[in-house]
Amino acid sequence: MLRRLHHEQPETFAFSPANLAWAQGQIQKYPQGRQASAVIPLLWRAQEQEGWLSKPAIEAVADMLGMAYIRVLEVATFYFMFQLQPVGSIAHVQVCGTLSCMICGAEDLIGVCKEKIADKAHQVSADGKFSWEEVECLGSCSNAPMVQIGKDYYEDLTAERFAEILDELAAGKVPTPGPQNGRYAAEPLKGLTSLTEYDSGKTKYNASVQLATDIGDTVKRIDGTEVPLLTPWIDKGARAATPPKSTESADRAASKPAHAQKKTAAPSAKPSDAAPTAAKKPRTMKAPRKAGADDLKQIKGVGPKLEKLLNSLGFFHFDQISKWSAEELAWVDDNLEGFKGRATRDDWVGQATLLASGEMTEFSSRVKKGDVY
Amino acid sequence: MLKDQDRIFTNIYGMHDRTLKGAIARGHWDGTAKIIQNGRDWIIDQMKASGLRGRGGAGFPTGLKWSFMPKESDGRPAYLVINADESEPGTCKDREIMRHDPHTLIEGALIASFAMNAHACYIYIRGEYIREKEALQAAIDECYDAGLLGKNAAKSGWDFDLYLHHGAGAYICGEETALIESLEGKKGMPRMKPPFPAGAGLYGCPTTVNNVESIAVAPTILRRGPEWFSSFGRQNNAGTKLFAVSGHVNNPCVVEEAMSITFEELIEKHCGGIRGGWDNLQAVIPGGSSVPCVRGEKMRDAIMDFDYLRGDLGSGLGTAAVIVMDKSVDMIKAIWRLSKFYKHESCGQCTPCREGTGWMMRVMDRLVKGEASLEEIDMLWDVTKQVEGHTICALGDAAAWPIQGLIRNFREEIEDRIKATQSGRTGAMAAE
Repeated sequence: MLRRLHHEQPETFAFSPANLAWAQGQIQKYPQGRQASAVIPLLWRAQEQEGWLSKPAIEAVADMLGMAYIRVLEVATFYFMFQLQPVGSIAHVQVCGTLSCMICGAEDLIGVCKEKIADKAHQVSADGKFSWEEVECLGSCSNAPMVQIGKDYYEDLTAERFAEILDELAAGKVPTPGPQNGRYAAEPLKGLTSLTEYDSGKTKYNASVQLATDIGDTVKRIDGTEVPLLTPWIDKGARAATPPKSTESADRAASKPAHAQKKTAAPSAKPSDAAPTAAKKPRTMKAPRKAGADDLKQIKGVGPKLEKLLNSLGFFHFDQISKWSAEELAWVDDNLEGFKGRATRDDWVGQATLLASGEMTEFSSRVKKGDVY
Repeated sequence: MLKDQDRIFTNIYGMHDRTLKGAIARGHWDGTAKIIQNGRDWIIDQMKASGLRGRGGAGFPTGLKWSFMPKESDGRPAYLVINADESEPGTCKDREIMRHDPHTLIEGALIASFAMNAHACYIYIRGEYIREKEALQAAIDECYDAGLLGKNAAKSGWDFDLYLHHGAGAYICGEETALIESLEGKKGMPRMKPPFPAGAGLYGCPTTVNNVESIAVAPTILRRGPEWFSSFGRQNNAGTKLFAVSGHVNNPCVVEEAMSITFEELIEKHCGGIRGGWDNLQAVIPGGSSVPCVRGEKMRDAIMDFDYLRGDLGSGLGTAAVIVMDKSVDMIKAIWRLSKFYKHESCGQCTPCREGTGWMMRVMDRLVKGEASLEEIDMLWDVTKQVEGHTICALGDAAAWPIQGLIRNFREEIEDRIKATQSGRTGAMAAE
């Protein structure tokens, strides 16, 4: 299905400070050099913050993860949960229209949307408060028909109840999510037919509704302050994780070596992991020598972006790189924001040694011919 | 009927204490370290002996799948990836596990990861399950605090990290290689096999992808023994299973039952019967949208397991998502809706699927209105056969089978409607 960016885009995007901290915690879930894995969670948080996904947001996420813009754009257009156009200021309503819901009355719910919100899906209502779309199976089929509004599922609906819910939302209230016909969760409506022996006194709501009422962020734009940030995989994880980056170092332009943090020297849990090397900052230069900087892009694995980053760290010449010791290499690996581990993986030192001595590698000869950049 | 003490998911409705304390009181996390100390081979042998078949739809023996992982690491880490991208229309069972009985899954993840030499496990939950994600993450946080995850997890001597990752609304990411691609931060487009994930999966490392339910039942099987588990269900269809019943029954629900229960018993015991009585039953899709539908009269005595539904009824158990349709349903339109679903969810990588799902939906469009000629029914059949088996992943097959099921079982209705439209009269079968 063809999905394009909206024709009107905001100027800028920035994560709120709490969301940024959250995002940096998420990135730590993945191994070194695999930060791209965090792209969907980060894009999703950007959408939760803004309501929809704009071009500046896509680019900001790409910069944070060291990904090419096109790769992130591909992801944003491939996955249907990303709203590429503005949505209603209160909520975007997603009506499940797939088989189980359809035969239980989803078409009536869509009728309500057309009447109360807008004729067409993805159109913002006249008062700007709502937008809607028909989505494919939301996985709550025993509670059909249902809709998702904001973060929550409203289940076991009738057209009348759904219309009421929209009215309440429009009036600034948030109706309690979950089954709307008196059910607790996905048990039979007429009473339990199993698991009657384990009664321990039930809580008021099922797990989803309990969270919704406790946090109260059903239709809220998320700024990250709703719940405390917990990242047990960093503080209590078995894998020796790098400490979370400070907020200012996420800003690539401002990243100076002075901000760099040392890799924790905790012993590695995975036998396959190389034992972490103590990091030491290599000697850097303030500016290239008079003859001008080397074309670092001749090193396989260094593109225009990394070249800029290396220059900003104070590296301009092949011979500088060729002299990195193991400790210094570890420092560089750690400080390549968004490209961590790249220097080791692509053997920059080996390549630079060859290039510094005036020799060519297969890759550098292709760069010189202009085949690469 | 299955007794409560033989149910694995004792808090599937979330009515009891959902915290770690409650889970321990119900017998979870009991002797986990001892199970792990029995060793990798013991665990895999027990899983094989239990006869557990994968609960994600394909029904591949779980123990066998685990045994495909390399015994010795060649330097690459191994990964367990748990498929919680529950998006098959009709299926809503993993959601209940993750939000209400999450500790079954977390304990299973630890044991399964140990059995396949993995120190890290990723759970890939579908993006729409936002509260379920929060509930599951809260349970994971609890386990880290209690020392059940992390270094020396549950005092077993095994270091283990469990990460929760989410998608963003793509059905195709339920396919194991598409899921891996998505987890690597790319579009969810399936990979060619071989190499199979056990050889080169996530980040090019040995990986096993298992359904939530397959992993969540493992600890209980290992605690109570494979003989206990295989005492339920017929030969080769062992165990208990979560059934998700939706559609036109009086009380739709998710319920754990023994495999090989009859359809009638399942519906009468737990769902309060068919809406309007058994004579009002038109058709059933017994295993999620990807399996062919079955005519109602054949279903009443049907045995709900892999072999009976496939062998005797030409359908399948799939994820045990039972969609019941009474006589008020326009069957042609019902299957058209599924065609629309597959057209929407095709990732676009293979031409037969990308184009074929669109063709099939457009022909179905006209069949719903009766604006077609009789020959087009065979032509549609032919198209489904050209899509089936000619794509990288099984989405092409899944798109073809419901239509084949419709033509096999409801050809007369399609023909009647076409004839009615052609002759300009509104027959009894015409829509609405």
